[in-house]
Amino acid sequence: MTGLSELYQNVILEHNRSPRNYRLMADANREAQGHNPLCGDQVTVRLKVEDGRIQDAAFQGMGCAISRASASLMTAAVKGQTPQQATELFQQFHRLVTGHPEAADPETLGKLAVFSGVSAYPIRVKCASLPWHTMKAALDQTREAD
Amino acid sequence: MGKAEVVELGGSGLLERVSSGARPGRFSVDAVRRDFPILGTTVRGRPLIYLDNAATSQKPQAVIDAIVRFYAMGNANIHRGVYALSEQATVAYDEARRRVARFLGAESPAEIVFTRGTTESINLVAQSWGRAALRPGDEILVTAMEHHSNLIPWQLVAEQTGAVLRACPITQQGELDLEAWHRLLGDRTRLVAVTHLSNALGTLNPVRELAEAARARGAVVLVDGAQSAPHLPIDVQALGCDFFACSGHKLYGPTGVGVLYGRAELLQRMPPWQGGGGMIASVTLERSTWAEPPARFEAGTPPIAEAIGLATALDYVDEIGFEAITAWEDALLHLAVERVGAVPGVRLVGTAPRRAAVLSFVVDGIHPHDVGAVLDDQGIAVRAGHHCAQPVMRHFGIPATLRASFAFYNTLDEVEALARGLRRVQEVFA
Repeated sequence: MTGLSELYQNVILEHNRSPRNYRLMADANREAQGHNPLCGDQVTVRLKVEDGRIQDAAFQGMGCAISRASASLMTAAVKGQTPQQATELFQQFHRLVTGHPEAADPETLGKLAVFSGVSAYPIRVKCASLPWHTMKAALDQTREAD
Repeated sequence: MGKAEVVELGGSGLLERVSSGARPGRFSVDAVRRDFPILGTTVRGRPLIYLDNAATSQKPQAVIDAIVRFYAMGNANIHRGVYALSEQATVAYDEARRRVARFLGAESPAEIVFTRGTTESINLVAQSWGRAALRPGDEILVTAMEHHSNLIPWQLVAEQTGAVLRACPITQQGELDLEAWHRLLGDRTRLVAVTHLSNALGTLNPVRELAEAARARGAVVLVDGAQSAPHLPIDVQALGCDFFACSGHKLYGPTGVGVLYGRAELLQRMPPWQGGGGMIASVTLERSTWAEPPARFEAGTPPIAEAIGLATALDYVDEIGFEAITAWEDALLHLAVERVGAVPGVRLVGTAPRRAAVLSFVVDGIHPHDVGAVLDDQGIAVRAGHHCAQPVMRHFGIPATLRASFAFYNTLDEVEALARGLRRVQEVFA
C-alpha cells in the first residue's frame, strides 16, 4: 500500500471528506470553470480580488478525491496572496505533481506538499492541477465576472 | 524446410492450425488462462486481474506467434508481387478474409472489408453510403446508448447532407425504449445504427427485431458489433443487418484491424471513401474507375499482419466455442452482479434483464477514479470514466462509472477479489 498511501495521504482524505471553501461566493469578482473531458470532472473557482490581493477564494464542482482536496487546499493557500504569488505557487505545485519536487520549494508549498505522491500516477496529475488551472484562468480574466 | 518456407496448395502456411488449452465440450478456465502470457504477470506486485476486456482483450500466444511468424518469415506486401513471398502474403490475407466471413456468417468474403477498427468501419459507411444516399430531411435513427463511435460519424454526415439525426431514448434500467423506437422509426428513416451490446451498460439489444422493423420500412441497418462479436456467436444474415462493424483487438486479435461486413448489393453501389493504391480498376491523370468491393474500400497497404493475427484469434475463439464462452461469461456476470451488488453503497448502473459481459456501477460518495486507483493497487484493472458514452452518463445523471468487463479467461475468484477490493475502497475512504 506504499504507493497508494502516498497518493491518498490523510490530509487529502480529510480535505476530500470536508472540503474547505466549498461554497458559492456571492461577492466574487473573478470566476472560471474548469472541465476535464477525459474524466468528466468539473470545477468552478470563484475569487474576490481587491487591493491587489485575493481576499477570498471558493470552489464548487464534482471530481475525485485528489481534485476535491486539491481545490480545497488551494483555496486555503491562495487567500491573502497577490495574483503573482498565487501564480508562482501554482508553478511550484505543478513541479511537485509532475515529479520535479527538487525544483519546488517546500517552504512555499507548505501543506500542499501532501500531493507529492501524485507524480507516481501520471494520469492523476490532471486531477490535482485542474483547480489550479481554473484559478489561473479566473485570475487572468480582464473583465470582472457578473 | 520450415513450414513458412512452403507455399502450400490452398494455403499460405502463415495461418497454422490453432490449438487452445480448452478441449471441446470441456471448458477449463485454468487451461485457457495458460494460453494468455499476460495473465501470468503481476501489477504493483499483485497478480494481474484484468477486468477491462470491453476496452481491449488480451492476446493468446497463438495470435502473438502468428504475427511474429509473419514478420519473421512471411513479410511482403500483397497483390502484384510476382515473387513467392508476396504471393504467400496475398494468400494469407485472402484466407484471413475468408475466415472472417465464416466467423460472421457472411454469404461471401467479398462482403468483408478490412478497416482499422469499428470506428473506421462506421465512418466508412457514413462517408461512403451516407454521403451518397442521404438527402436533406432523411432521418438517421440511433439510440441514446451508443458509443461515440456510432454517434459522431452520423452527426458529421447529417451536417454534410442535411439529414436529421434522431436518438431513441433508453429506460432507467438501461434498455432501449422500444415504444419510442417504433414511434421514431418512420417513412423518412433511411438508416438505423444500433449497438448490439452496450459498452457502458452491458445491455443486449434485440437487434434482429429492430433490423426487421427497420428493413420493413426500407431503412438500411448498421449494427455496431464491437462489444458483441467477442461474446456471442454472430450470424449477420440471421440478424438481418446490412452492415456489421467490429474490431480485431476486442476479439483477442491485434490492434489496427477491424471489419466491416456489408451486404454485397449495398457495397456494390457505394463509392470509394478513400483514394489510393489497391482500390482502382484503371487510372488516367484525369479520372479513374473503381475496383470491385471489398478492394474498393481498402486504399493503401492494408493491415496484413493484423488481419492474419485476427484470423488466428478467430480460430482460437472457435476452438473454445461460443457455447462454452457464453456459459462461462454468464456465470461470471451472474456472480459479479450478486457479489458487487451486495457491497454496501454500490449501485449498479444498467440492470436490463438481457445483458452480457459488462458490469457498470458507482460507489456512493466515492469518485470512480478513486475507486479505480484503490483497485489498481490490488492488481485489479477496471475502467473508470464515461466509456465514450457521455449521453448514457447524462441519462443516469452521473459523470462516470466503474466498469468491470469480463472475458472467458476470467475466474470466479477474480470476481470475488473485485468485491473484496470494493470493500477495501470503502475502508480507505471511510
